[in-house]
Amino acid sequence: MHVPDGFLDAPTSLATAGVAAAAVALALRGARRELDDRVAPLAGIIATFVFAGQMINFPVAGGTSGHLLGGAMTTVLVGPFTGLLCMTVVIVVQSLLFADGGITALGTNVVLMGVVAVVTAHLVFLAAQVLLPKRVSMVAPAAALAALASVATSAATFVLLYSVGGVVPIPFDTLLTAMLGVHLLIGAGEAVITFVVVAGIMGVRPDLVRGARGVLVSRELETRMVAA
Amino acid sequence: MGAPHGHRLHFHGHSPIHRAPAHLKVAALVGFMLVVVATPLSWLPAFATYAAVLAVLVALSGVPASYLARRMVIETPVLVFAVVLPWVASGPRVELGVLTVSEPGLAAAAALVVKATFGVLASLLLAATTDPRELLAGLERLRVPAQLVQIMGFMVRYLEVVTDELGRMRTARESRGFSARDPRHWPVLGRSVGALFIRSFERGERVHLAMVSRGYDPGARR
Repeated sequence: MHVPDGFLDAPTSLATAGVAAAAVALALRGARRELDDRVAPLAGIIATFVFAGQMINFPVAGGTSGHLLGGAMTTVLVGPFTGLLCMTVVIVVQSLLFADGGITALGTNVVLMGVVAVVTAHLVFLAAQVLLPKRVSMVAPAAALAALASVATSAATFVLLYSVGGVVPIPFDTLLTAMLGVHLLIGAGEAVITFVVVAGIMGVRPDLVRGARGVLVSRELETRMVAA
Repeated sequence: MGAPHGHRLHFHGHSPIHRAPAHLKVAALVGFMLVVVATPLSWLPAFATYAAVLAVLVALSGVPASYLARRMVIETPVLVFAVVLPWVASGPRVELGVLTVSEPGLAAAAALVVKATFGVLASLLLAATTDPRELLAGLERLRVPAQLVQIMGFMVRYLEVVTDELGRMRTARESRGFSARDPRHWPVLGRSVGALFIRSFERGERVHLAMVSRGYDPGARR
């Protein structure tokens, strides 16, 4: 899914880098509201968690396996701003320290797997929470929908970028159908994994899931005298 | 972090490339790759020059070619895509033995392979010759927002802690006779990811409290 060097032309790469920089600047401000002074330490370890989570192979069949992309999961768990910061840092570290994803495609990768994935996931998650019954058990399904949508939108955005700055003439419809077809499958896998992960966390520490704040019943600590 | 150790790609050495300031190396990598990406494929001498520059830099760095070659596997998905390209691209067809493929597609696939290979090799060279802490300091000198560099700094420090935690969880699963073979095993793996999140979050909070109690001020410059 990482776009390599030489896939999109230089002007497109620079333009996406500009978009990515603006979005990250916005997220740096927003994250302070989500995590206050804990931004750097917590966002750092959550970014590491996303990185490690991407290393877990989910076997599909016949020796093939897929892995989590994590954009939607991170958004639901820690909020969109912190989520975008974490995804950005993961993509930058993967590019600089692991040579995964081209250095000139850094902006493109941040836009596709960061900005587009996180914004879509956040909007779909909010919409799903409005439409679905307000219950704790509905957080994981809403997260799964957000995961499916975020993967599909990222793929569609890639096709759009490619039609502007791609270096090979591929008919737009062919590419769109192929990319969406493949990524709906990937998105379905992502949705299932996101569902299992979020449901698992909701069962143990629902207070850590930021997206669940609206549906969690806040219970005050009561001390009562019980009549003998 | 006790003894000096880099990340998994770091190759310890004292060559001129190792000693060059990190911010210059990052800027050079970005500049070099922008030039490579902007070069049309028809300028063959230019690509020969790029290859020569990379070869000289690799030789100068003292990083064994086999060390870099083994890590080039990260490029595999790009190569797969390049093989598919000539079939899906439009434009005039060209005979290639018994196969008929798109001519611009073939050219573009060649360009993609060459440019992506240069990109991976140049990035690997940066990763192999730069200590992560120097890299972060270099990014800060390149005016990357301090908060972003701080987050990266925490990530680099936590990287081994969290991946080790993941490894211990796998050992625990396997010692209970679990091995993931198909999607029926996803719930177990998914719950492992969930547990990893909770453990990571709690560790982050603990470390943050420990830092605050030792006088950490996020606004202060390090």
